[in-house]
Amino acid sequence: MTESKSQDTLSRRSFLQVSMLATGALVIGVGCNGPTRANEMQDGLWKPNLYVRIDADGTITIVSKNPEAGQGVKTAFPMVVAECLEVDWKDVRVEQAPLDDRYGRQVVGGSRGTPDGWDDLRIAGTAARHLLTAAAAKEWRVAISECEARDGSIVHTQTGKSVRYESLLSTAADLPVPDVADLDLKSRPSEFKLLGTFVPGVDNPKILTGQSLFGCDVRLDGMLYAVFEKCLTFGGKVRQANLDEVRALPGVTHAFIVNGGDDLTGLLPGIAVVAKTWWQAQSAREKLHVEWDTSHSDSTADYDRQAAALANKSGETLRSDGDVDAAFDSAKQVVEASYYYPFVSHANLEPQNCTALYHESGRLEIWAPSQNPKGGRELVAKTLRISEKNIHVNLVRIGGGFGRRLRNDFMVEAAWIAREVRQPVQLQWTREDDMAHDFYRPAAWHHFKAGIDDTGRMAAFDHHFVTFGSGGKTVSGAGLSPAHYPAGLVPNFKLRQSVIETNVPTGPWRSPGHSAYCWAYQSFFDEVALAAGRDQLEFRLDLLSKSFGEPPLDLERTRNTLKLAAEQAGWGRRTLEPNRGMGLAFHYDHGGFVSHVAEVVADGSRITVEKVYSGIDVGPVLNMSGARNQVEGAVVDALSTAQVEITFADGAVEQGNFDDYELLRIHQAPEVECHFIQNDVSPSGLGEPPIAPATPAIANAVFAATGTRIRELPFKRSGISV
Amino acid sequence: MSEITLNINGQDYEIDVPDDMPLLWALRDVLDLTGTKYGCGIGTCGTCTVLVNGSPMQSCVRSAVRFEGREIITIEGLDPSGDHPVQKAWNEEDVPQCGYCQGGQILSASALLADNPAPSDEEINDAMSGVICRCGTYPRIRKAIKRAAKYAAEDGGDV
Repeated sequence: MTESKSQDTLSRRSFLQVSMLATGALVIGVGCNGPTRANEMQDGLWKPNLYVRIDADGTITIVSKNPEAGQGVKTAFPMVVAECLEVDWKDVRVEQAPLDDRYGRQVVGGSRGTPDGWDDLRIAGTAARHLLTAAAAKEWRVAISECEARDGSIVHTQTGKSVRYESLLSTAADLPVPDVADLDLKSRPSEFKLLGTFVPGVDNPKILTGQSLFGCDVRLDGMLYAVFEKCLTFGGKVRQANLDEVRALPGVTHAFIVNGGDDLTGLLPGIAVVAKTWWQAQSAREKLHVEWDTSHSDSTADYDRQAAALANKSGETLRSDGDVDAAFDSAKQVVEASYYYPFVSHANLEPQNCTALYHESGRLEIWAPSQNPKGGRELVAKTLRISEKNIHVNLVRIGGGFGRRLRNDFMVEAAWIAREVRQPVQLQWTREDDMAHDFYRPAAWHHFKAGIDDTGRMAAFDHHFVTFGSGGKTVSGAGLSPAHYPAGLVPNFKLRQSVIETNVPTGPWRSPGHSAYCWAYQSFFDEVALAAGRDQLEFRLDLLSKSFGEPPLDLERTRNTLKLAAEQAGWGRRTLEPNRGMGLAFHYDHGGFVSHVAEVVADGSRITVEKVYSGIDVGPVLNMSGARNQVEGAVVDALSTAQVEITFADGAVEQGNFDDYELLRIHQAPEVECHFIQNDVSPSGLGEPPIAPATPAIANAVFAATGTRIRELPFKRSGISV
Repeated sequence: MSEITLNINGQDYEIDVPDDMPLLWALRDVLDLTGTKYGCGIGTCGTCTVLVNGSPMQSCVRSAVRFEGREIITIEGLDPSGDHPVQKAWNEEDVPQCGYCQGGQILSASALLADNPAPSDEEINDAMSGVICRCGTYPRIRKAIKRAAKYAAEDGGDV
C-alpha cells in the first residue's frame, strides 16, 4: 500500500482505514479500534474485520474473513457491502482470507458471524460510497448533496451527468476519511434493495462443476497421502506395531508411531502410514497389527445402569424459585415423565482431513477445513513446539461443520506427520475414523414433574437433569443453564443435576445443548397441556404471557413466531383425518426465535413428515436463499438426528459407517415453508436457532398422528420409524 | 499394478494403478480429478457418484480396472461451463449448502432426467435416495430437478 491514513472514533467501536494500492485500486478497511495487547500497540497493529477493494476496472472485491461451512456467510456478507455501496451484485467478487491475526475472530460457531459483522460491513460499504460521492462532488465542484450513488456510478441529480466509481478512485483516496459516527447506515428492511432477496451462493459455479474448493481437494507438487490409526478405545496408547512389515507394502513411504498425549482434543497416540496414494496408505494400514494399552471401558449399558440408580436421587440443586414442594401439595394435577436422548455424532459428510507442508526453514503451511483455525494454530504450535508466527493457515471450504470442526485434532495430526516426512502430505480420515473419533453430543436424562393449578397453568416445575461430566463438572456440551425456560415462566421452579462420569470425548453439536433438550421440554409441555385439557398452542401462548422475575427469553417475539407458524399451518382450523397429526414447539437460542408446526401422516408405526411450517424472527434477513436454506436444512437435520444414536462398549464407539448410522435420505425429508418476521432490530445468525424446536414439533405431531409419545430417542426406541 | 486406459469426460487417460484401487481414488489421487468426493467408502452415501455409460454408479467400491472401455463422466465433465440444465437449475434454486455431496446429486439428477424428462415426486425420491446430503438440501433438490426438467423441455428435451 502506498498511502494509508486512518481515523479513530470513540462513538462507534469500529474505525476505518483508506488506502490506494499501486494498481490504482482503492481499499477500505474496517476493524475494531482496540489493540488488545500492549505489544500490538507498539507494532501499530490494528484488526480489520474486512477489506473492500474497488479495482480500476470497477470490480468490487470483499475479503471474507470467516471460514465457509455451508452457512452462507461468504455470500451474505458481500451482499451487505453491495447494498450500502450501491453497486450491482454482478460486479462483486469475494476472496477468502487466510488465518490472520489482523482479522480478529475467524470462527464458524455460535451463529455469531452475522451479528458480529453487521456494523463493519455496513460501515465499509457506506464509507466507500460516501468517499466516492464526495470525490465526484469535488471533481464537478458541486455540493455533495447534489450527488447520488446509483448502481456503481455517482449521478449529479440536477444535470443527470454521471461518472463510474472506478474513475473516481484517486480523487477519493485523497479525501479525508469520513467519521464513522457521521455515516448514515441502512438498517431497516424497508431501505434494502439487495438484502432480503434470494441470491445464490458465490461458490456455486465451482461446486456445480467440481472445481477445487475443499480441504481434500488440495493438491501440491510431490504430495503424499497419510492415514492415522488411533486406538478405538479412547485414550489408548501404542505398545508396539508391525511397522517394518507395513513399510514394505506397495506405495508406502513412511510408517511410524506418534506418541501423542492424553488430551482427547489434541494429538493422540497412533500410527501414521504415508504412501504415494491414499488408497495405498489405507490398504497398508489394514495390514497393521497394533498392541494398545487401554485403561477405559465406558459403555452405554453401564451409563444406563448409573442413570437408573441416579433417577430417584435428589442431585445438586442448581436453581430453586418459590416453594416447589408446597406448590405440588396444592396442585390440582401432577404430571410426571422422563425423557432420554442418546449420544450423537456430527457426521460431517467430508471426513476430517488436513494438508500440511513443513519447509526446511521451519515454516509450516497448513490447509485446514477448520471452524476455528486460530485454535488449531495454537494447538499445532504448542504440540510441535514451534512459534505461531511460523505457521500459516489457509482456509478452505468446509464440507459440513455443525461444531465438529471447532476441534482441531485432524490439524495437529497432519502437522506432526508433515514435519516427520518433510514432504507435502494430506491426511485423510476414513468414515470409520470420523465416527470413532468425534466429539459427540452427550446423552442425557430429564426427569420432569409439573404441578397444574386450577387455571390449567403450571404452578410448579421440578426438573432433574442427569448428564455427563468429568471430575463432577459437566463435560463440553453437557451443561444446562439454570436460566433456561421454563425457569422464569413458572412461579415455583427447581432444577437439580446429577452427573455420570465419562471418558469419551464430547463437544458442541449445532446449537449445543438446545438441539437436544428443547425436544424434552417441548414434548413434556405437550403432555402437561393434554393433562390440563388445553390446546397446545393456547397453552404455550399462555405460558409465554407472563414471567416470574427476569424473563428467560423475549416473550413477545417468541409468541409472534409461534402464532405465525400456527396461522400458516392452519392450526385449529383444519379437520385432519385420524392418521394425520400436527405438533408444535417454540424456542430461542443464539439470538434467534423460531417456532415450527410439523404435519405428520402415519401408516401404523411408520410415519412421514409431510411438511413443516416455520415462523422465524432473526431480525432482517440478509440473503433470503441462505436464510431459508438454514431453516430447511435444520429441519432435515433434526429429523435425521432423531433417527440415530452413538453407543459405546469397552470404551469405544459401536457404530462405524452410514450403514449403522443411517442419515435421512430424500424420500424421508419434509417440505419446509419458511415465514420470516422482519423487524428493525439488528440481525442475528441462523445456523443454529431453527434446529432445536424442529425435533419436538415433529415428535408432538407423531403423538397427534399415532398416540405414541416419544420419550426416548432415536424414534425407533419408541417404536416409530420414518 | 495394472496399466489401464480410462475414458473420462471424453478423453482417454493411460494410468498405472493397483488392481484393487477403486475408481474414486484413481480419479482423485492419480488423475487429480478431485470433483468426485469420498464420503463412506462402502457404497452407502453416494457422494462419489459418477456416470458410467450414462448411469449413476458409486466409484468408491469398484476397482478402476473394471471401467476400461466404458465412458465415465465426472462432475468436472458434465458441462465445464455450468450450462447443463441441471447445473443451471441447481444454481437458481441455490441448492448447495456446504456443497460436498452436490456432485453426486447433480450427476444422479442428470441421469434421471435423461431417462425420464418429467419425473414425479416419487420418481425423484426413488432416483435420488442413493445420495446423502448431510446439510439437508433435499427440499431444494426436488425443486431444482423440476426446474431442470422444464429447461430441458424448453431446449427440446436434451438433458
